[in-house]
Amino acid sequence: MSSAQLDAPVAETSRSPRRGRRRSSPQQRSDTRAALLFISPWIIGFLVFTLWPVIYSAYLSFTDYDVINPPTYVGLDNYREMLEDDKVRLALRNTFVFTLMSVPAKVIVSLALATLLKQAARATGFFRTAFFLPKMTPPVAIGVLLLLLFNGQQGLINEFLGIFGINGPAWTTDPNWVKPGLVLMSLWTIGATIIIFLAALQNVPQELYDSAMVDGASPWQRFWRITVPMISPAIFFVVIINTIDSLQSFTEAYTAFFGAGNSTYSNDAALFYAIYLFQQAFEFLQMGYASALAWLMFVIVMVVTALQFWGSKKFVYYEGGDNT
Amino acid sequence: MKSRLAAASVASLALLALSACASGTSDDSDDTLASSFDPDKSYSGSITAMGFGAGDEIATTRMDVAEEALGGAKVKLVEGDLDIQAFLASVASGDAPDLVYANRDQIGTFASRGAILPLSDCIDGEGIDTDQYDDSALSQVTFDDEIYGIPEFNQVQLTQANQKLLDQAGLTVADVDGHDWDAVTAAAKKMYSAPGGKLKIIGYDSKLPEFLPLWAHANGVDILSEDGRTAQLNDPAVVEALTWAVGIYDEQGGFAKVKAYRDSADFFGEGNQFATDVLGAMPMEQWYLNVVNDVSPDAPMAYSTVMDRDNNPIAFSSGSAWAIPKGSPNPGAACRFAKEMTTVDTWKAAAQARLDLRNKDKKPFTGVLTGNDEADAEIQAMTTANEDPWKTGVEAMYAANDHTFALPANPADAEFKTAWQDAVNRVLNGQQDPQEALDQAQDEAQSALDEAWGKWDDE
Repeated sequence: MSSAQLDAPVAETSRSPRRGRRRSSPQQRSDTRAALLFISPWIIGFLVFTLWPVIYSAYLSFTDYDVINPPTYVGLDNYREMLEDDKVRLALRNTFVFTLMSVPAKVIVSLALATLLKQAARATGFFRTAFFLPKMTPPVAIGVLLLLLFNGQQGLINEFLGIFGINGPAWTTDPNWVKPGLVLMSLWTIGATIIIFLAALQNVPQELYDSAMVDGASPWQRFWRITVPMISPAIFFVVIINTIDSLQSFTEAYTAFFGAGNSTYSNDAALFYAIYLFQQAFEFLQMGYASALAWLMFVIVMVVTALQFWGSKKFVYYEGGDNT
Repeated sequence: MKSRLAAASVASLALLALSACASGTSDDSDDTLASSFDPDKSYSGSITAMGFGAGDEIATTRMDVAEEALGGAKVKLVEGDLDIQAFLASVASGDAPDLVYANRDQIGTFASRGAILPLSDCIDGEGIDTDQYDDSALSQVTFDDEIYGIPEFNQVQLTQANQKLLDQAGLTVADVDGHDWDAVTAAAKKMYSAPGGKLKIIGYDSKLPEFLPLWAHANGVDILSEDGRTAQLNDPAVVEALTWAVGIYDEQGGFAKVKAYRDSADFFGEGNQFATDVLGAMPMEQWYLNVVNDVSPDAPMAYSTVMDRDNNPIAFSSGSAWAIPKGSPNPGAACRFAKEMTTVDTWKAAAQARLDLRNKDKKPFTGVLTGNDEADAEIQAMTTANEDPWKTGVEAMYAANDHTFALPANPADAEFKTAWQDAVNRVLNGQQDPQEALDQAQDEAQSALDEAWGKWDDE
């Protein structure tokens, strides 16, 4: 418990919240009304286009629904079917493996680039923009780009590897190399992560490094003992966001292996959970089953995020917080 | 209706997409519907057609003719490929378009879900002669003995080959037309070239996964029973066909190399695989003849039909169809429009428009496959491809068009297609052998068919 909480007056905390609340002034009430008025378009949009569909999808997950005929209540059938569906297991395995590969890759590469960027002094602005630009590429274009760059015969990646005498793999057809190819391609869009790390790095007090240098700390020790702890909140934020993003990975893999890039060719190794969900919903019109799949993913994301928050208590340092 | 509207809208939102929803539709009882179709009736206002694009002279000419036949009503197009989910949501929400333009293999799924109307009243009322349509095209839009679509266009496969590479290998196009599978494999090995392990010439591309139905049919069996209820994916003849077609790739360094090489080709440009002498032969839809003729008229092409193992021409037919959605505000005008878009005279007018353009460009007119037998015969007579290789190509195209087969309409087409394509892909990716992959596909496909037919039979 933090010292702030320990110091709180007992009488104040034992009071009911209602009794403890002070009456707001007319000005405050007027401000509140104005604020609510201004954010009401968002609130209405959220309620109509997000919250209500989410709630309704929970209902649909207990139905058999093909879009055109009314939903028919089927109890837990969709959830039972999920347990017996081999492709659900395959899609979950693919998604977890991809997440386990892509999140560390994104964190390590973007942290390395941000560290280099910090050294760039006056050129930082230019490189910051340059690194961020790929983030502006539409995901569908990235999916198509993947097929070109990672083409086993004529792709730039294998051409590059060929310079060193390496016979590059069949990135787009060999099931063992499909996910590594997608992970490498996902690094295309780490611009935002780099910017977050750069901001965190620039906030680390220089005195800490100076003191460490006086004490004879090596560059690695300074990075590991000072930089990493000091930017651990940013690392934690990036891990959380990228984990959720990877668990919901869809567009690039779908475009490259199931959609426009390949109308008939597909590869099981790229069947991510969101792709399987999309197929069930919009290709096979099994909206009830797809809703159940969506809720399973929701629960998985919640559990994974909760575990990450639990783990963060041990590893994340907040200045002024209790994790010292 | 209210719950359907809510469900359609909300499911779409919750699962990635927004769908349109509106209110108001006609109440189509069977009696009213039957009286909607009258060949002497004129229509005013406008009708909406979803999924059709008026992108070339064939489409615009036919549109003009068909619109005129409505007697005043205008046709609004919701262009682009049909968005199935948007279409079904519009029907569920009572805001259906008057007419929908779909792939023929989607018709069974739409019919089984009650999204489109049976066309017997339309056909009787407007006096549409269904005998004029290609049999396989008509079979694709016939679900449970009812016609649900007016077919148009036909896509068929030809053996398309590079004469120069054939000559260099001492081969003829008959060696790669498919009647002798051992000969095709041998030809692939002769034409294939991969100096230093890097693929330079693909000898023969069996075009998997998409042409498994073609090779299975060539081996004497279809992958789906005639009534559309039973998958036949692990039939020994299908397994043999897949084993052979995959083996072609194995003889050329494996599917991964062949696919990577063909993916890097300038398929639609003047540097296409035939023009640059890097592909010996492949079965391919007839429209590619037009592409090659247009962008590389000097390519050393050779054409033939694809043959089955008894040396008979075969082609796996596909195409489009017009259908009238449930709740169509103006089914009478929709039926008239579909009828007029597919008459012999309309097709001839469209063919003439293309012929004029080709003459202007000083290029041969290679014909159009309409899905209407009479129109095809008339248009074949209009073709101007009088010199080889295009003359032979056009002859092969019309010969293939006379020997088509199709998979029957069924209520689980998407699931069925995914099952067999995934199976082929697992074999191509080296994850399973043909027997194992097709056994799995058989289970998946049959399960989907049983469930979908079960629902239909229960209704």
